[in-house]
Amino acid sequence: MSQKVLMKGNEAVAEAAIRAGCRLYFAYPITPQSELIEYMSRMMPKVGGTFIQAESEVAAINMVYGASGCGKRAMTSSSSPGISLKQEGLSYIAGAMLPALVVNVERGGPGLGDIQPAQGDYFQATKGGGHGDYKLIVLTPNSVQEFADMAAEAFDLADKYRNPVMILSDGLLGQMMEPVEFKPAKNEEELAELDKQHFDWCMHPNVDGPDRHHHEINSLEIDPKVLEKHVLRLGEKYKEIEKNEVRYEKYNVREDNEVLCVAFGTASRIVKSAITELTKKGHSIGLIRPITVWPYPYKAIADALTEKVKKVIVFELNLGQMVEDVRLAVNGKVPVEFLGKVGGIVFTPEEVVQKIEENL
Amino acid sequence: MEIIAQRPKSLMKVQFHYCPGCLHGVAHRLIAEAMDELDMRNKMMGVAPVGCSVFAYKFFDCDMAEAAHGRAPAVATGMKRARPDMYAFTYQGDGDLAAIGTAEIVHAANRGEKISVFFVNNAIYGMTGGQMAPTTLPGMKTSTSPYGRDVNDIGYPIRACELLATLEAPYYIERVSLLSPQDILKAKKSVYNALKYNKEGRGFTFIEFISTCPTNWGVDPLKAREWAKENMLAFFKLGVYRDKSKEEGDE
Repeated sequence: MSQKVLMKGNEAVAEAAIRAGCRLYFAYPITPQSELIEYMSRMMPKVGGTFIQAESEVAAINMVYGASGCGKRAMTSSSSPGISLKQEGLSYIAGAMLPALVVNVERGGPGLGDIQPAQGDYFQATKGGGHGDYKLIVLTPNSVQEFADMAAEAFDLADKYRNPVMILSDGLLGQMMEPVEFKPAKNEEELAELDKQHFDWCMHPNVDGPDRHHHEINSLEIDPKVLEKHVLRLGEKYKEIEKNEVRYEKYNVREDNEVLCVAFGTASRIVKSAITELTKKGHSIGLIRPITVWPYPYKAIADALTEKVKKVIVFELNLGQMVEDVRLAVNGKVPVEFLGKVGGIVFTPEEVVQKIEENL
Repeated sequence: MEIIAQRPKSLMKVQFHYCPGCLHGVAHRLIAEAMDELDMRNKMMGVAPVGCSVFAYKFFDCDMAEAAHGRAPAVATGMKRARPDMYAFTYQGDGDLAAIGTAEIVHAANRGEKISVFFVNNAIYGMTGGQMAPTTLPGMKTSTSPYGRDVNDIGYPIRACELLATLEAPYYIERVSLLSPQDILKAKKSVYNALKYNKEGRGFTFIEFISTCPTNWGVDPLKAREWAKENMLAFFKLGVYRDKSKEEGDE
């Protein structure tokens, strides 16, 4: 029998990650994700896992690199300023083609900013925060349930493509309590099977003989021709991900939409409330909610642009970072408007209604 | 015919890229021989550093990971925690360990991670072309201390063994030299001890090798060794800085 429990987003994603087979978690405390590290500190010893409160965000992501290099499901989490520190490690993990899960519970920025919800890390998450040509798969939840569900999905995607995956959430989802239902936990046999599936590339005990391998976890290719080949191979992988893994939600998207809204994560919930209000007033407003912000649902947005859509409006808790991607999707067909809030302030449904009405 | 010396199994059959007179090759060999003698190769995971020995992952015939500059102890922490039934070591230079990676080495040592750290100190940055290291001696000229290291401006060299020996957790800390055949034989014994304690899961072990850099010091290999004996050993005293096996009553 399924059972719903009331939980904070930060705790729900931690519990779900453990159930998905994460036995190694390394992180450094930062608000507003501290409940996540605290939950892991309580639970990891109980499931025979490893919890280390690292000396820094830099060390934490490099511990993930080492553990992932051993083929195990490993995870770190942080909030915006801490994620900046992890960018070096993320570039190395992507370069070495290792699976890993990073949770970002975004707060206001830049710099120390504040500890309120924001979406200002969109560029960093989707356009590459570290050096070199690499991509993270970036999932954006808009409820505690989805936040939790994404832990298992993120690990599966990370394994499938041997690529780091980020869950891009924010202080609101991290701190908010909602009912959540968990998937059954993986048992020891399933975890051992996962381990074995990584044996062709990960570090593991060897035996002398013809099957013995020298495994290298590495992102260094000093020969330009060899590096070129490696980066092109990554590029091919990213094309595959773009082809297969685009996720989005269509909310009230219809032939007679007057305005099409685009919003992800926390912002999308407020836009939905506004659409309900406007529907009562007799308007037809659609919403495309990107669930993956890389790969981005360009086609879904383009396909929703019927003859009747007069405007596309982007709602984000930043200065308009996703607007660039939406413009690419709209490709000049209709004007793209924007409403943003910064400083850790979240817009109200009334503000969203007003913005849409101005554009009807 | 009796074979009395051959390439250790734990070294790949490849040519090292090191400069003539460089002692990295000697340090590699000591570690590989100890790995062979202790039969650790098939369960060993090494972490290669950034710097001259960046290709250590191509030289040691065990599983290897390449770490970002200074991060080797954090990477080895993740590895050892992920596979506690295996063994892990890092191989690091003085810039890697005592500058950009100071936090990682101090905290890995402080946690008592069950890994071995091999630290090669030649008082200079080799691969990047002879810049000042945290271990550069007072008055020593390098490409970024062209007037000699001024301790009033940039402080004194960092003594890694002494620093780490202030911590409770480390199990075994020793500074050895690679400057003469006798020193190398002594170093061999220390490396063997470090890996033996590693295999026995006793705790954090740390070996610092006093080494040379003839190329960037601008002298021939023999002069480099003489210079190091006269100058480096006066500042970096050889010896055991921690040995918990003694406290535990081992012979």
